[in-house]
Amino acid sequence: MIEKFLRRLYFIAVALFLAAPLIVVLGVSVNERQDLAFPPKGFSLAWYAQIFTDEGWRNALFASVVLALTAAALAVAIALPLAWFLWRRHAPWAHIFQLLGVAPFILPPVITALGLLTFWATTGFYGQPWTAAISHAIFFVTLPLVTLSLGFASIDRSLVEAASTMGADDRTVAKTVVLPLILPYLVSGYAFAFVLSLNEYIVAYMTVGFTMETLPIKIFNALRYGYTPTMASVTVFFVLIAAIVFGLIARFGDIRRLLGAMSSDGK
Amino acid sequence: MSGLSLNDITKEFGNFTAVDQVTLNVPHGTFVCLLGPSGCGKTTLLRMVAGLEEPSAGTIVLDGQDITSAPTHKRNFGMVFQSLALFPHLTVGDNIAYSLRIRGASRDEQNTRVDELLKLIHLPGFADRPVAKLSGGQRQRVAIARALALSPRLFLLDEPMSALDAKLRESMQVELRQLQQQLGITTIVVTHDQREAMTMADLVVVMGEGRIRQAAAPVEIYRRPADAFVADFIGSTNLLEVSADSAGRATVLGTAVAGLELPAQVAHASISIRPEDIHLTTPGNGAITGTVTFIRDLGGTVETFVEASGKTIVAVATPRERPNVTVGAQVGIVLPPESCVVLKK
Amino acid sequence: MRREAPKAITDYAPLLFPALMLIVFFVVPFSTMIAVSFFKRQQGGFYTPDFVLDNYARFLSTFFGTVLGFSLMLAVLVAVCCVAIAFPFTYLLTKRSRKVQTLWLVGLLSVLSLSEVIIGFAWSTLFSRTAGITNLLVALGLMAEPQALLPSFGAVLTGMVYQALPYTILVLYPALVRLDPTLLEAARTLGASPVKAFFNVVTPALRNTIVATLIMVFVFALGSYLLPQILGRPRHWTLSVLITDQAIYQSNMPFAAAMAVFLVLISLALVGLTLLVGRREAAA
Repeated sequence: MIEKFLRRLYFIAVALFLAAPLIVVLGVSVNERQDLAFPPKGFSLAWYAQIFTDEGWRNALFASVVLALTAAALAVAIALPLAWFLWRRHAPWAHIFQLLGVAPFILPPVITALGLLTFWATTGFYGQPWTAAISHAIFFVTLPLVTLSLGFASIDRSLVEAASTMGADDRTVAKTVVLPLILPYLVSGYAFAFVLSLNEYIVAYMTVGFTMETLPIKIFNALRYGYTPTMASVTVFFVLIAAIVFGLIARFGDIRRLLGAMSSDGK
Repeated sequence: MSGLSLNDITKEFGNFTAVDQVTLNVPHGTFVCLLGPSGCGKTTLLRMVAGLEEPSAGTIVLDGQDITSAPTHKRNFGMVFQSLALFPHLTVGDNIAYSLRIRGASRDEQNTRVDELLKLIHLPGFADRPVAKLSGGQRQRVAIARALALSPRLFLLDEPMSALDAKLRESMQVELRQLQQQLGITTIVVTHDQREAMTMADLVVVMGEGRIRQAAAPVEIYRRPADAFVADFIGSTNLLEVSADSAGRATVLGTAVAGLELPAQVAHASISIRPEDIHLTTPGNGAITGTVTFIRDLGGTVETFVEASGKTIVAVATPRERPNVTVGAQVGIVLPPESCVVLKK
Repeated sequence: MRREAPKAITDYAPLLFPALMLIVFFVVPFSTMIAVSFFKRQQGGFYTPDFVLDNYARFLSTFFGTVLGFSLMLAVLVAVCCVAIAFPFTYLLTKRSRKVQTLWLVGLLSVLSLSEVIIGFAWSTLFSRTAGITNLLVALGLMAEPQALLPSFGAVLTGMVYQALPYTILVLYPALVRLDPTLLEAARTLGASPVKAFFNVVTPALRNTIVATLIMVFVFALGSYLLPQILGRPRHWTLSVLITDQAIYQSNMPFAAAMAVFLVLISLALVGLTLLVGRREAAA
């Protein structure tokens, strides 16, 4: 009895720790006036409308979403053929590229950011918006690479053989068997990269920080000059996007498996 | 020539020779079972026929056409895999129609063929079910139907029954054999189960260590095994040493066996004699003398273990002709010469 | 399906685009950064190709030593706090139903994906005088007057633990969810209480996992660059902050690059150590 109570208490404490700052921000975001006050004084959704009506915030939101959409697409475009090659062919040396794909994510982000900064500065493209998309794609290529590798590993190779005995060439096999089977992993990889790119600060800041404002850059810049309630509403907005995207992945895929649980354990 | 010929097929994986100079002719419409213990190269041989492995040497010829290096997808063979390999993302109908769909057949054509095949495998109306909702036997049938959708030139099955329980397996064997006879399709099945091979095959090919040990009709394999490996692998048998004595008579366990003849110039050989061919009588009268050590009464059959000159011989009889002996009794063992098979060394 | 070695040149085609992208946009920039770390700095933010060790020599200053020492100490503290909280939590989580686990994982991923900017802002709000947690304490009568809890070391530490905790749980999750449940059941049949079994059976069985996780979280915490700025004072700045500062505001790319190379070496050494620990676990 006591143990059950303690366990529940522990879960609640962790949940509270994780949720508390977000709850406060949620409260702050509905303040009627431009106060940093909690509990909120009055109720207003004006600061949410501001994300879309204020030109600065709207532009930042637009820039962030476009960046995240293209960067995630590019990351998948890099990861998909690489993961497919590693699965389809026997070429141990090619795993060096897998390592390269994972490295930016394991190393402290400031290193990748600085490397890309020196690179774009040296090549003279510094500040161009598209450099941010490429930088993010490289920085987050790990995510689709990992989910797709998991996806390919889960395909029973006799399915491919069966398809070829029925007359399917490599291309047809890829289209009719492999692609449908890895689609959930592809979508999760894209979604992971999208959400993280949307939230990324330092790589974006170091590559295009002086010419373009993404939402995280805009929030940080605003933070330095004091408080505006739109920061709070944007934060809530971001949490919601992340929760919705990961919720959808969980709804239509097996998120436990994606995060390393075996598929066969029955619980 | 009509049919499939394998000529001197060899497959090496590094230093390991999985299939060693296999030559085999399969006339059109034959049901062949590749039979052998695991690791004997039978699955590798089947995969080479399917084009899933490339032979290191030798040729595969089908109806006069050399297909040794033709890609799998151009061979038009139907294959059933050990795992069955049903596409989990497709329904039963779409699985069966797969080969038609990728060739651009119309929806109507596909549906007609699917209905036809579902009827053939006794699962009418299953087209829209997801594969995951099928029982083991149903999945088995769907895999067979899928492989037959395009009326393939060859029908290949790799241990197709291994996932089924014993009862279901027996009935599927009969069903598969009937289906094959109905369609008249040349079929090759890989199996390690000799009962399965005996039930279905026109031609049983026993393989061991990458080589064909014997290829013959099931009864022939059972009655006239070519060597000790085949005799031992197919059913149970008694393997005994035979040698010619000074007078030239064939002698087993120190007793001359009247009527048994060794080939000319051969002084020593092994013979195989099936347990059901051995008669037990009273000692004397030229019979080999032995002592009963154990009796296993299985209800349907009675197995009597007799020790003679340090060797245990098993005799099997039906309860009706059950020998009237008890453990410890002295018996005479009669080896009918026409049932003794002299084996190749 | 045969997994053959690629034969024809066209077999390599799928590798072309990924290889090109990763080499041009990761290997080259990374090498450029290493090269720049040996370059000579010019006034006004420029640098000239050279081979000098000046940038590395600056590490020997007391200031740098202090920052490095603080960064390492902070990262160790964050790692210890996170694993101490996350390990029992993850263990308990894997014992819950599939649905509860999924719900938690979605929540953890959502928090993990949050920008450092947002985490920094959220905690600065929670620690603020006007909207912060102290208001709650005042309302409960435990405090006379609300006060700001930042900038402070405690705020930096809390923010970083918050940032790293979901990461820690997700790193521990696979090892714990795959833990053989019969191990614990065996302990229970031998008379150990669940708590005792957890400390006597689960924890020792996963000792290497715990060490590996500590190192992973340590490297993760080393990468934190905004929270020390938002929640702390300049003396709470870490190596990552310093690198950004030198690169952007002091326009001293060679020095920033030298520090980055140094940080890579520390991280690589630790990741290597993790792999080594992992291998020993696999062998055991």
